[in-house]
Amino acid sequence: MSRKLVIDPVTRIEGHGKVTIQLDDDNNVTDAKLHVVEFRGFEKLIQGHPYWEAPMLLQRICGICFVSHHLCGAKALDDMVGVGLGKGIQMLPTPEKVRRLGHYAQQLQSHVTAYFYLIVPEMLFGMDAPPEQRNVLGLVEQDPALVKRVVALRKWGQELIKTVLGKRMHGISSIPGGVSKNITVEERDRFLNGEAGLLSIDEVIEYAQEGLNLFYHFHETHRQQVDSFAVVPALDMCLVNDEGNVDYYHGRIRVIDENKTIVREFDYHDYLDHFSEATEEWSYMKFPFLKELGREKGSVRVGPLARMNITQSLSTPLAQAALEKFHAYTNGKSNNMTLHTNWARAIEIIHSAELIKALLNDPDLQQDQLLMTPGDNDWTGEGVGVVEAPRGTLLHHYRANKEGEITFANLIVSTTQNNTVINRTVRSVAQDYISGNAEITEGMMNAIEVGIRAYDPCLSCATHALGQMPLEVSLYDVGGKVVDKQRR
Amino acid sequence: MSIEIIIDGESVTTEAGTNLVDVAAENGVYIPTLCYLKGKPCLGTCRVCSVRVNGHIIAACTLPVSEGMNVEVNAPDLLDMRKALIEILFVEGNHNCPSCEKSGRCDLQATGYELGMVVSRFPYRFPLREREVAAKHLWLERDRCIFCQRCVEFIRDKATDQKIFSIRGRGTTAQIEIDIALADRMPPEQVREAAEICPVGCIIEKGVGFNDPIGQRKFEIQSVRERALDIKDSAAESGHE
Repeated sequence: MSRKLVIDPVTRIEGHGKVTIQLDDDNNVTDAKLHVVEFRGFEKLIQGHPYWEAPMLLQRICGICFVSHHLCGAKALDDMVGVGLGKGIQMLPTPEKVRRLGHYAQQLQSHVTAYFYLIVPEMLFGMDAPPEQRNVLGLVEQDPALVKRVVALRKWGQELIKTVLGKRMHGISSIPGGVSKNITVEERDRFLNGEAGLLSIDEVIEYAQEGLNLFYHFHETHRQQVDSFAVVPALDMCLVNDEGNVDYYHGRIRVIDENKTIVREFDYHDYLDHFSEATEEWSYMKFPFLKELGREKGSVRVGPLARMNITQSLSTPLAQAALEKFHAYTNGKSNNMTLHTNWARAIEIIHSAELIKALLNDPDLQQDQLLMTPGDNDWTGEGVGVVEAPRGTLLHHYRANKEGEITFANLIVSTTQNNTVINRTVRSVAQDYISGNAEITEGMMNAIEVGIRAYDPCLSCATHALGQMPLEVSLYDVGGKVVDKQRR
Repeated sequence: MSIEIIIDGESVTTEAGTNLVDVAAENGVYIPTLCYLKGKPCLGTCRVCSVRVNGHIIAACTLPVSEGMNVEVNAPDLLDMRKALIEILFVEGNHNCPSCEKSGRCDLQATGYELGMVVSRFPYRFPLREREVAAKHLWLERDRCIFCQRCVEFIRDKATDQKIFSIRGRGTTAQIEIDIALADRMPPEQVREAAEICPVGCIIEKGVGFNDPIGQRKFEIQSVRERALDIKDSAAESGHE
């Protein structure tokens, strides 16, 4: 008798999703899907609002990567008022560096949250560990020193975000053409040198390196599991600079295949020429794909794994050393091992910290030229902003009428870009961990979560923290009758 | 003529006919206001300055003081009533503080904070209000209008003294209007004055906003209470209203 397993809800950005797994008569998995069952509607509700309020309102879509949304919106507004990269106008050094500083601070803070709070519990205790241990409280018992360092790292990132953007969450420093404040010497020195209750930048880098070592140790002792879990081939995509290396704030969009051959590279302002979005009746999340390649071949992976696959080098020494080891592991091919996303994430934590150190030592942060003022005839009424958010390539596209009302908004967020690849991951994990089993086990459920969580969908933090992700798994018979159900 | 009145049990000497809000401020007693502007004719529209005078509730901004007044400002029931009035203003409109460019400079928001409003005890009305965006330099975000009428009374065409803003309709269908032709000939400083005089984010200057970093915005530098009391002091020192 064929059956359908339902995991409901699973979490993703700021809401709910569920997984359904279809089994045939022999309990082999024939299909598995991640359904996103919530509806946000930000693209609609922004319409009619004054364009200059858009980056402030739309960053509220997320409580974690709000800086990315804020900067994406700000970049789109730079274009709209006529002083943006859409016209090839380079931002003044100080505002660009201030924006980058906030961006890197958020990447550090967000990655630290995902990596240590959400990922490390499985690394230390295993996927089959009891849920009461497999959480941050279990970490506290096992390694209180580690947790203290993690708390200090997150605090450091949040304090830096507050310094740059005015608040720990949903600040408002970026305005069309620049920023509203620079970084004073006193503010800078707090982060360079540290103070009571606040790490120095060198301590941050040291702790970040320890985080990477944690992965190395886990990898050495669980190599087979880490390397074989959800190996999902995909195109990789991120922003790159002129040297072909990842640039988290600006660049061209590059897409590579498994052999690291560039299959597309284009100005992100032209994204509509390249991307289309499919919809499915079983999910509110769209499925972006490269039009010319079609949906199956043209779906991309974004985020840490994609970025580390694409970038040829990293500009900071510790991150570059880690990247060389990462690249060597797959002999120059793209890395498709889903759990290696955590390796890539750990490298990016180091890279963010090193980038922050370089910026903190840059005297441009203290300069006073913060804004470019557009001329009366510079208004374009349309703008596109793209940044590399912690979870991947993030795009905001706005249009406004001459009165200033937003008439159109399109947001393609990182998790949306990853939609198809996450679904492939769910199918892969279901095949490996569920096929042939009618009985649902805790470890089986958690394996699916681990697969999804590798992409760091935002709300997984709220549910995983105590090992009580609100999952409900049901077994249906062919008539749709529930024959078994487990919830936690 | 010098007179004596009592404010919250304290005897106060002042001049007859002085506005009660100002007398209280001179003596360190904060009475919240939204429509009242010192030195301008009172409007009495928002009622947020309601106090009890000789046993009767009255809007303080409408009241010139006279001999023998016994004024209660900070009685618990009055504190709660004024807070309720602020809550009403929030639920009557659609106030989106997180993205409003007036946030940090908004009298309504600042007064809400000052009076300890956390959530409204009244249900939200979610009224449907259309924006007015046709003027060249000003934008009416009607969702945020509290009908104080400051703009109606105090922003007038320089050449003709005609009103530029007006209220159309009554009750729940009332809405703020702008004379586009007059608005489009407002000089830049008057455009800024109109945006500034609005105690909320209803009248906003097109394309302008968020220039002050968080921490350096008007009411973050000085709370609405401190401003109400300090402004009085500094004005008295300089001899200006």
